[in-house]
Parts: sequence; C-alpha cells; structure tokens
Amino acid sequence: MIQLKGIHRTFQVGDQEVHALNEINLNVSPGEYLSIMGPSGSGKSTLLNLLGLLDRPTSGTYLLNNQDVTVLSDFEQAKTRRNKIGFVFQFFQLLPRLTAQENVELPMMLDGIAPNERSQRATEVLDAMGLSDRRHHRPDQLSGGQRQRVAIARATIMEPAILLADEPTGNLDSKSGLDVIKILEQLNNKGLTLIIVTHDPEIGVRAKRHIHMIDGKIVESRTDTIAETKDSLPS
Amino acid sequence: MRLLDILSYTGSTLGRYRTRTGLILLAMAIGVASIIILTSLGEAARKYVVGQFSSLGTNLLIVIPGRSETTGGAPSMIVGETPRDLTLDDAKALTRSAYVQRIAPVMIGSASISWKQLDREAPVLGSTAALLDIRHWNMDSGRFLPRGEIDRATPVCILGGKLYRELFGSETALGKWIRIGDRRFRVIGIMASEGRSIGVDVQDLVIIPVASAQSLFNSPSLFRILVEARNRDVIPRAKEHILDTIQERHQGERDITVITQDAILSTFDRILRALTLTVGGIAAISLFVAGILIMNIMLVSVSQRTAEIGLLKALGAPGNQIIVLFLSEAIALSLAGACFGVAVGMAGNLIIGHFYPDLPLGAPWWAVASAVGIAVTTGTAFGALPARRAAKLDPVLALSHK
Ligand SMILES: Nc1ncnc2c1ncn2[C@@H]1O[C@H](COP(=O)(O)OP(=O)(O)OP(=O)(O)O)[C@@H](O)[C@H]1O
Ligand SMILES: [Mg+2]
Repeated sequence: MIQLKGIHRTFQVGDQEVHALNEINLNVSPGEYLSIMGPSGSGKSTLLNLLGLLDRPTSGTYLLNNQDVTVLSDFEQAKTRRNKIGFVFQFFQLLPRLTAQENVELPMMLDGIAPNERSQRATEVLDAMGLSDRRHHRPDQLSGGQRQRVAIARATIMEPAILLADEPTGNLDSKSGLDVIKILEQLNNKGLTLIIVTHDPEIGVRAKRHIHMIDGKIVESRTDTIAETKDSLPS
Repeated sequence: MRLLDILSYTGSTLGRYRTRTGLILLAMAIGVASIIILTSLGEAARKYVVGQFSSLGTNLLIVIPGRSETTGGAPSMIVGETPRDLTLDDAKALTRSAYVQRIAPVMIGSASISWKQLDREAPVLGSTAALLDIRHWNMDSGRFLPRGEIDRATPVCILGGKLYRELFGSETALGKWIRIGDRRFRVIGIMASEGRSIGVDVQDLVIIPVASAQSLFNSPSLFRILVEARNRDVIPRAKEHILDTIQERHQGERDITVITQDAILSTFDRILRALTLTVGGIAAISLFVAGILIMNIMLVSVSQRTAEIGLLKALGAPGNQIIVLFLSEAIALSLAGACFGVAVGMAGNLIIGHFYPDLPLGAPWWAVASAVGIAVTTGTAFGALPARRAAKLDPVLALSHK
C-alpha cells in the first residue's frame, strides 16, 4: 500500500542544510502495525508528516496504492488526507470552542456530509470509545486520556485506511496511555494500517514491526516477536 | 462543505473572540451610520431648499427685458437701459394664451414714504392683484391690490410688516393716507411676515398698483413680468409662446429673457445633491478605515489560530476551503456591522429629527444600499489577504505552533 523509494527531505536553516530524511526506503502493507522509534531529531515526525501528505519530499517517490501522491494538487492531497488518512497528535489538537461530538464531526463537516448522518456516526464512534456521556463536553472539561480518545474518534470517523499517530501517549500517564494504545490496536485488528511514532519502548515493542531511525535513516526494520524485541532493544 | 456549516463554524469563531468581533462591528457600524446620517442631512437640506424655492411660486416663468440677463439681480432703478422696454401692453398680451394661468407685471423703484413726521426711503413694488397668488404670499390684515383693469392707477398701497411697524408703531394703518414720493396713497393692507422674495424682503416693501408705479416713477417700462403657467407640463410651451408673442410686439426682435423657475430649481437641486454625495463619500472613507481594521484583526486572528488552520488541513480541508471560512468571517462581520450601522443611523436620524422637526430627514434608500454595499465589499476585499495567508500556511509548521 505504502511504497517509499529514495526519499530525501532537507530543511534549509540559514545557510545550513538539515538532512531530516536521508534515503528512506519503506514498504507498508495494508493492515500492518508499525512503530517508529529513535532518538530525538532523527526524523520520525518528518517521516510521518510525509506519509500523511502534510509535507512533500525533497526527492524520491511516494506511492500510495500505486499512485504517486507527491505530484497531486493541493486539492487532491487534501481529499486523500480526508478520506484515506487519519492523524492522532501528541497534543490532541481538539478545537477548544467545540464539544467532543462537534470535534469528531469536523472531518465529516469538511466533507459535506449531512448533519443527521454526522451526528449518528459521531455518536456511534464516541460510544465505542466509551465517551457516551462526554459527548457534549468541551475539551477543557475532559481528561487527557478522554481527549485523546476523542481525537482517535475524529481520526477514524472517515474510515481511513491508514492511521498515523505521532507520540499519541506522549502527554498521558502510563495507564491512560495504555488504554489509548489498546484502542488503536483494536482498530488495527479490524484492518486499519497503524503507524505509531513513540519514545516509549514499552509501547514500541507492542507493534508487529519496528523501525529504528537515526539521523534521518532507517537503521533497523524488523518484524519480531514481542519477547525477542524486548531483549534486543537498548533500554 | 455545506453553507449552513460554514455559517455555524463562522458563528462559533466570532462568538469565541468577542472583543475583536465587537471592535470590528463598532468600526463598521460607525462608518455606515455616518454615511446614512450625513446623506440624510444633505438630502434634507436639498429638500428644504427646494421647498423654499417652490414657495416662491409654482410653475413660475420670469420675463426679463434684455437678452443676456440670466438671473434676477438686485432691483434696479435704471430700467430704461434695456434695448426695448417691457410694457403693460406686453404683459396684457401674454394673458391671451391657453398656457398661462395668470400674470403679474412688476415694477420696482425706490421712494420716500412718509406718515406724519416719519419719513423712510423704501423700495416700492408696483404690481397687480395676481402677484399675491403667484407668490403665495399671505396678508396680515386688510386686503391686497384690487382686482380689475391692470392699467388703473388706484391710489392704494400695502405695507410690508416691518415698514408698517416703523411708520405706525402699534397704531392701525388701515385706511390711513400716506405719502409715497409726491403722491398720496391709502393703506389697504399689511403683509404677513413670512412673505419672501429674492432680492427684496417683503417686510420692507410698499406695494402699489403697477399703473400707479408707472406714473410715480414716470416710466412705462416694467422690471419684469411674472407668469404662472397652467401646469408644469406646459412650461416649455408657455416659454415659447411668451418669446413669440413679445417678439411679434417688438418688431421681430427677441429682446427678452425668460427664466423658468425649474431651471433655477434644478441647478440648486444638482448642487445640493453633489454636496450630499461629497459628504457621503467622505463618510465612506471611514468604511475603508474599518476595512483596514478588519484586515489587521484578521491577520492577528490567523496567527492566533495557526494550530486550528493546521488541524483543518490535516483533516482534509483544501486551501480554498480555508479561504472560504476566513472570508465568510470577514463578510459576516462587515454585514453585521453594516446592519448595526443602519440601525444606529436611523436612530440618529430620529434624534436629529426630534430636535429639528422642520428638516425633512429620512435616509435615502440609495445611501443605505450603497453604505451596506461598500461595507461588505471592503470587508471582503480586506479579508482576502488574511484568508489567503491562512490558506498558504504550511500544515506541519502550523500544527507545531504553540
Ligand atoms: N521545519 C523545519 N525546519 C528546519 N528543520 C526542521 C524542520 N522540521 C524538522 N527539522 C529538523 O529535522 C530533523 C528531524 O526532525 P523531526 O521533528 O522529524 O525529529 P523527531 O525524530 O520527530 O524528533 P522528536 O523525537 O524530538 O520529535 C531535526 O533535526 C529538526 O531540527
Ligand atoms: Mg517528533
């Protein structure tokens, strides 16, 4: 489904060039569960943004379902993001003036879906997240874990094929972090392709495939059993 | 995105940033209200002046001896200088027309007026009974010049209110004989104070029959002839008729000028309307100031809401949708401000109208429409730049914005 070939992404900072991604080659099949780990500044977020069409590579090709998406127009990229890709962010990115349900409905609103269908679908998804009684609360009336669940509901409401999560537990305590990860894994079990960037090895090792990045390069890409990965990773 | 959703989304942002919303509304409202109030005042002034002019007489044509004279000058003693005199016979000839309702020949001179020991130099106006109707003047007491043959020199006179008070104080004047020049006239009426005339204040006048004036000043020539046309539509034909008639009587020479009151009126009308447009235009500048305020505040808003814009993009909003969202905010703000301004302007008119009940105040519809139009146009135009800037934001940077 995802094919990255010879991807480079450089940033110009002053007269210095930062090589955030350096010759990335990566294939992801539908329904895979990937974790991306690595030291700070190694290019994990840059890679994820690129996968989510929020950023364009400096060079290289990105095929999504065999289509080169780097050449798409702004409008077509936006449409792809809307229908095929969901994002979960470290800082939730909920709009503070909207209720939980309204936040979940936002992508459907942008897509022009009728209000009736919107509220029905949002209610269902929020129920599934265990947030039935929090539907009309604003983000500042919710706990961190609840906020992230609202964000996951929003990311999956359009039934995307891929879910990209950049440190989804980074702002949560370990218990609610684990709850969130379990919800994401359930979604993965139903066939959603899940890619998680994380600093937390406990979470990283849960994935079926781990990618380790250093200095913009993938240095390790393994499909391991959980037990083996735990031994091999530096702690 | 659905229109209703765009509106409710816009509403939720405007509701969240109340101070800036209020500020923009205020700026827009002030601009729109000042356009409405200033144009209303201008229009009121125009209507007032036009009304005053109409009170000089309706469907009025003024016949002046000489070709080139175009406006009524100050009353002149030098009547004999014109190429050929206008005479009473000329005036009589004009009455024989289907277009003419009535005529009043006018002579103007100056003479000393005396009653007992008191003596005044005052303008003397010679005319006929029709003058009262043509000019819509009112009598204070007594009656106006007698009807009948216009060349009968009856020794009667009507005094202007001020002149009457100067000569008689609080004494009654009706029936008394006063001296005008070297003749004696009986006072038969006093003019009411509201009578107006261009150049001469009716208050200061003494009015005598035109034939008496001719012999008093020892001259046959008229200062002018006032002609009232039968109705507004025949004014041009009446004018033609007057020119032809006099030309025939003056051995084929067109040596008179006919001024229609319409011409004077429409000149004033044009001048005052231009003034109204000017002050309205100046007020419209304040709307551009409001537009710049919208731009500034929206630019601030774009940077305040950077993360939100990044999120919308991540959720799949293309650039032009972001533009639509921000533009609709600008339009909503300017439209609401304009409506608010219309209300304030109308209220202002009511208040001014309360203190100056004589002014025919009322916001002209074209002023209201263009004020609202300009407000929304400037709001949209100045909202375009912030909206474009929002649409161009890099979503990655926008999302990492704190
Ligand atoms: N917009 C940018 N302009 C300049 N340099 C950038 C930009 N974005 C990222 N970089 C640089 O690219 C490199 C990779 O950054 P990235 O955010 O992908 O790292 P990361 O692996 O996500 O780190 P962290 O774990 O701290 O989130 C870093 O050196 C960073 O400074
Ligand atoms: Mg990162």
